[in-house]
Amino acid sequence: MTTTAPAGKPVGKVPADEMERLRRRYGRRHVAARCGVYGAAVTAALLCALPFLWSVISAFKQNQDLYNPESNPFFFNMPATPDHVTFLFTDTPFLTFVVNTLIVGAAVVAITLALALPAAYSLARLDRPWGTPMGIAIFMVYLVPPSLLFLSLTRVVVALHLENTLWSMIVVYPTITVPVSVWLLIGFLKAVPKDVEEQAMVDGYSRLGAFLRAVMPLVFPGIVAVVVFSFTLTSSEFVYALAFVSSSPEMVISTGVPTQLIRGDVFFWQSLQASAVITAVPIAFLFNLFLDRFVTGFTMGAVKT
Amino acid sequence: MTDVKTEAEPVEAGGRRERPKVGLADRDGFLAWVMLLPSVVYIIALVGIPFLLAIAFAFSDVTTGDPSFDFVGFANFGDVFDDRVFWRSLRNTLVFTVISMLLIVVFGKILANILVADFRGKWFVRFLVLLPWTTPVALSTVSWLWFLDSIFSPVDWVLRNVGLIDANVVWLGQPGTAMASVIAVHVWRLTPLAAVIVMAGLIAIPKDLDEAARIDGAGFWRRMFEVTIPLTMPVIAVAALFGAILTFTDMTVPYVLTRGGPTHSTDVLASWAYFRGIEGGDVGQGAAIALFLFPLLLAAAVAILRAVRRLEAR
Repeated sequence: MTTTAPAGKPVGKVPADEMERLRRRYGRRHVAARCGVYGAAVTAALLCALPFLWSVISAFKQNQDLYNPESNPFFFNMPATPDHVTFLFTDTPFLTFVVNTLIVGAAVVAITLALALPAAYSLARLDRPWGTPMGIAIFMVYLVPPSLLFLSLTRVVVALHLENTLWSMIVVYPTITVPVSVWLLIGFLKAVPKDVEEQAMVDGYSRLGAFLRAVMPLVFPGIVAVVVFSFTLTSSEFVYALAFVSSSPEMVISTGVPTQLIRGDVFFWQSLQASAVITAVPIAFLFNLFLDRFVTGFTMGAVKT
Repeated sequence: MTDVKTEAEPVEAGGRRERPKVGLADRDGFLAWVMLLPSVVYIIALVGIPFLLAIAFAFSDVTTGDPSFDFVGFANFGDVFDDRVFWRSLRNTLVFTVISMLLIVVFGKILANILVADFRGKWFVRFLVLLPWTTPVALSTVSWLWFLDSIFSPVDWVLRNVGLIDANVVWLGQPGTAMASVIAVHVWRLTPLAAVIVMAGLIAIPKDLDEAARIDGAGFWRRMFEVTIPLTMPVIAVAALFGAILTFTDMTVPYVLTRGGPTHSTDVLASWAYFRGIEGGDVGQGAAIALFLFPLLLAAAVAILRAVRRLEAR
């Protein structure tokens, strides 16, 4: 993209000294652009990650070091200690929260895909007159905030005897993820040229076969985006999880850590920081992996066949 | 670009007539409903019905202590309107949403441009940039709580050592700085999401357009404002929509960071509804306050969707 190699341009009738001047100008401009890009990238990374960087340092600090307003918060003024991190794993139910989060996330993602993929295809491709209004209607569902619904949903959950179980979250979270996923998938499906499945159908596939064999591989980056998106939404949901589950062994990370690691005014600060980093890093890692594939997939999709 | 009018129907019909059997799955109308129905049923059962229930609560005297349902008409709304905290939280919500959304869109666009550029170590930069959004919001906000601590805040430590301040600012203890902190944390958290959405749009722009502009001698800024931004406007609008919705309905950041304080200066509609409905126990009033989120959101969403459609039609 940034290879504005002036040497590659057709020379034409430009005199030699003029060429040389231009080449130097473009060269200088190129260097300046590279510096700008690196500067911007480093700034962005620091702005986003600084709180986490700082969390990592403070998670390993001794109490006297951490609770001293004069000590430099970016360095270890006393020897580092892993005590608070081991405390997190041995003396708190943190690992239970992690497992619960993974179970809920996987189940919700599965339900979301099973519901949203056919719905999105129906709305994006089957050209019903009600397609567009229905798509907007489904998306509007996302606008109904959890803070409005959780009172009545708690009643529903109790009526279904799901309170204090992971199932309460598995059943309710798709109401958040499905509308967004349908919306995103409609966008991805519309980006695939219609000729793709028309060709497949001319070749003898049924509508369903064309969808599964020709369209699905092309929207795969979109599906991955939806999976990651749903999982992230699920793992960071707070209000429902707080309202439905009050027993510690059934809690997920987002509610378990703030409620079980903060006892009244006693904050286990180092352990809290450690838990934030330990949760953040794998999810971001996963997201980044998928993002890469999602991005390359999208570039391939943008190339008109 | 692809006109909707040029439908596949004639081709399909022609193709079908030659085939002996037409399965039920080939009938578009039937298939459309079958594919859509599970989602619709799910949403009606777990959003539609609870939503109606929530509206019913707003017109009832249900409290956590006395869950029996009695219709009280508009009494809850009257009480809510007489409460100055409600108007305060409504104003806070608007300030919080408008400022956050603008910042999220601007920073998201900048960040997206950085993320699509080519440079070494891009994978790692992306990873760091994604951290704020992928971390569960309650956890990252707890981290920020310590970051802005009244005594041990590293922000204050830096400012003190640079010599800008003598005593700690106590970010979360004054109305102005508390609101600024809430907005900052929220923008920090949602910018990566906006960036990813805009990035998807940037990548979808055909490369030859950018190259054509480049050959015509358009510089970076000119290409940005006359090629990239107009072409990605629908995606930017979607990012703005997400930003607005997630800000409007969010109560986690104000709740964890400031608990609405000091003296309700960071209370937003959602958090005030929570304090009234759950911690105050007045479910009816809480539901009435929360109900206010809906029409405002609807208006915002319709406005943005219209903008998108107008751009697509062009």
